[in-house]
This record gives sequence, structure tokens and C-alpha cells, in this order.
Amino acid sequence: MAAVVVHAESTRAPGLVEQVAAVARRSITRTLRQRALLVFPLLFPLILFAINGSSLSAATKIPGFPTSSYRAFALALPFIQGALFVAVATGTDLARDIETGFFNRLALTPLRGTALLVGQLGGPLVLACIQAVVYLLVGLATGVVIVTGVGGAFVLLALAIMIAFAFASLGALMALRFGTGEAVQGIFPLLFVTVFLSSSSLPRNLIKVEWFREVATYNPVSYLIEGIRSLIITGWDAQALALGFGFAALLLLITLALAGAAMKTRLVRT
Amino acid sequence: MRRFLYVARGVAWRSIHNTLVSPAILLPSIIFPLFFLVAFAGGLSRLADIPNFHYAPGYTGFQFVFVFLQSAAFGGVFTGFAVARDFDSGFARRLLLSAPRRSGIIAGYAVGALLRWTLTGTIVTIAAVIAGMNVDGTGTDLVGLLGLGILFNLVAALWGCGLAMFLRTEQAGAVIQMPVFVLLFLAPVYVPLPLLTGWIHDVARLNPATVVLEAGRGLLASSPVKVGLAFALLAAGAALLAVFARRGLASAERAG
Repeated sequence: MAAVVVHAESTRAPGLVEQVAAVARRSITRTLRQRALLVFPLLFPLILFAINGSSLSAATKIPGFPTSSYRAFALALPFIQGALFVAVATGTDLARDIETGFFNRLALTPLRGTALLVGQLGGPLVLACIQAVVYLLVGLATGVVIVTGVGGAFVLLALAIMIAFAFASLGALMALRFGTGEAVQGIFPLLFVTVFLSSSSLPRNLIKVEWFREVATYNPVSYLIEGIRSLIITGWDAQALALGFGFAALLLLITLALAGAAMKTRLVRT
Repeated sequence: MRRFLYVARGVAWRSIHNTLVSPAILLPSIIFPLFFLVAFAGGLSRLADIPNFHYAPGYTGFQFVFVFLQSAAFGGVFTGFAVARDFDSGFARRLLLSAPRRSGIIAGYAVGALLRWTLTGTIVTIAAVIAGMNVDGTGTDLVGLLGLGILFNLVAALWGCGLAMFLRTEQAGAVIQMPVFVLLFLAPVYVPLPLLTGWIHDVARLNPATVVLEAGRGLLASSPVKVGLAFALLAAGAALLAVFARRGLASAERAG
């Protein structure tokens, strides 16, 4: 009887949580093993932060500039740039699984598409957490003061991780739709453009060129940046936080829903 | 000499042909400078209102010179990527076997980089003029600015070629690109040198790219400064990096 029970247990299909955990474990291990994937996305935004934080410090002399420290103003940017790198890393890894036929083999198992998608985002989530903590610590080490204090720092981390997770879902969506790493990397310049066509370098009300100000106003990335920035230089700004968290949640929901649909199509194709 | 030119012409033709027929190679080299021009000249033009910011042609012209020289440098860097790609695909090894005069390979890649930048530089200039850039410089001044761009392109191409030949893998891309990127951004990109403060001012003051950038901006404004020094620095850089690239080629020859 005992042997029968053991046999029954060993052939039981794992639940959704177990499936997610198994895929996430693989994703996290792969992310942590790829040093280049960890180091470059961490370093590049910090290099830009160091350079722009000093090069643009003269901007604080513009009448109406919201802070006397450009470094504090610019600290929001590494979080967003880091999120872009997370998106590309997620998409590239997923595309590699598709290109190498790993997806085809998984399609032969009882693994659910939802578990595969959510699990694949485990590695990027870890990467997003590491990045957010490092950027915050570097900011504090370079003399930036978070005006909302310790509580604000935790809210900042939560928002930054949520943004990175939303961008990771976007990367996964691109990989599932296009199926090649080259196509995923091709969208990186486009993502980069959305960051620069936002209020990343100056507050929107201080952007002189009208069409640029309009584009920045309609660009959701502006609100992601301003949500993080408000915690650093403004204080508890409910509107900025609502817009920041709102757009991050919206991006996450839309990309996850579309990625889920794309995953179903991809698994049917295999 | 005839064999040198034969090899150089062949490699240059292939380089420009590959660029023109492959959108994945051509588009980034055009889009990135345009994007920088839009982002900097459009998004940061309020910086021209900072006290003591004086540049007669305006902020679009101020940023145009940076983007023009940056596109020249990146035209050379992208050629380094092409060399690395040729090693990864095995083409470069076949080229080394068949070329009657191998130093012509470096010259060919450098000419390819220049031709590629001719296209990018023209597009960036047209975009800046459409955006309302004022040009105060005379014809001679503008030829001087073009000369700076050509030399900067040559310096970056020799750097990219040399390093790609030493490393012989596409993974060298970041190593080729990053020093050029950092060198350029450690110059007075957004505001003139006197308005920079702190460590960035000290670094920018010693950065040779600052001299080239200031000379270029002076030429566009018809008030030349440090032009001779900028040309001398670029010529010295080209001479040094030509030796570096030749050694890279020798390293690739030894590797077989």
C-alpha cells in the first residue's frame, strides 16, 4: 500500500506554485551566473549618473529649478535606465530559450504557460532588486539626501522594483512575439529614446522647446521618473506617487496580459 | 603601393556595401546621433539661459558640434564592431590569407569608416539646419570643422580596428565603445568649460576631447580657438593609433 502511495505521489503533477518555483530557480541561477549581465546594467547607469550629475549641475541655476543639487535630481534616472537593461536581459534570455529549442522541450511537459512566464521573470526580479539597492546606496554615498527619509527610501525601492518588473515583462513580451534575441536587442534604442524624450534631464515646466515639452508630457516614462524623483527631492507628493505607481502597474498589467497571450500562441506553435 | 591600394579599395568597398545593404548596421549609426541631437538641443536648450552661458550660434549649434564630432567618433567605433564581426564569422582570417598587402586592410576599414560617417554627418547637419541652427562660421571655418570630424573619425576607426584585431571577437564591442563614450562625455557636453564645477571641470580641462570640441564650437561661431592644438592632438592620436592598429593586425596574423 505504501509503495502505491509513494508511486502516486511521485507521478502527481506539480502544482502551479511548484512549477513557478522550479522555473524561477533556473532563471535566478542563470542571471546570477552571467556576470556580464549583472555588471554592465549596474555600471552603465552609474557612469552616466556620475557624469551627468556633475556636467549638468549648472542647470540648478535656472530660475525655478526644484533643487540645489543636480545629483539628487538625476538620481531617479539610473533606476529607469537599469529597468531598460533588465527588459533587454529578460527578453534576450527568453529568446535564447526559444532559439535553442528549450521551449519546444518544455512544451512536451505538463508545465503550464503561466508558470513558465512568471517563473522566467524570477531572475529579472532579483536583478531589479540588486540594482535598486545599489543605485540607492550609491546615491546616498554621493551625498544625496532623500527628503522623505527612511520610509521614502523603502517606497522608492518598491516603485523602482515595480518599474523594473514591468519592463522585464515588456522584454518577455518582445521575446515571445519575435522569438529572436536580435529583435529584442533591436528595441533597446527605442526604449532608450523614450527615456531621453521625457523629463529625465529637466523638469517639464523648464523644458523650453514646446514640442519636446509636449512629448515629455504625453510620455509615461516622465511620470515613472517623477514618481521616484518626488521621493528624493520634493517630499510626499501623492499625485506624483499615484501617477508613478499607476503607470508602472498599468505597464505591468498590459505587458503581462499580452505576454500571457503570446506564450499560449508560442506553446501552441511548438 | 598598388597592392596596398588594391586591398584597401576592396575592404573599403565591402565595408560600405555591408553598411548600406544591412539596416541593422546602418540605422543605429544614423538614428543615435539624431536622437542625441534632438534630446540635447531640444530638451536642454533652457541651459542657454544660465548666467554666463555665451555662445553666439545658440544652443542648437552648441550641441550640433558635439553630436557632429560624436557621430564621427562612433562612425569609427562601429567599424571596429565590423572588424570584430569579421573575425567571429571567419571572414577576417580568409582575408588575411588572401590579401597581398595586409596593411591595406586597416586602410580599407578606415576609408569604410569615413564613407559611413559621410552619410551620418550629412544627415545630422541637415537635421540641425532644419532645427534652426545658426551658422556664423565662414566657409573656411566650416571646412576646418569638417577636417576635425574627419580626423576624429580616423582616430576612432584606428582604435576600433586595432582593438578588434587584438581581441578578435564581437564581445569586444563594449570594450571598443566604452572608452570613446566616456572620453566624449567627460568633455563639456552640455555647458561651456568655465561653467563646469567640481571634479568634472578638472577632468574636462585635461581631456583632449575638450580641445577638439572647443575648437569645433569656435569654428561654427566664427571665433576660432585652439584649432591648431586640436588638429595637432588628433594627428598625434592618429599616428599613435595607427601603430596600435598595425600591432593589432600583427597579433591577428600571429594567431592565424
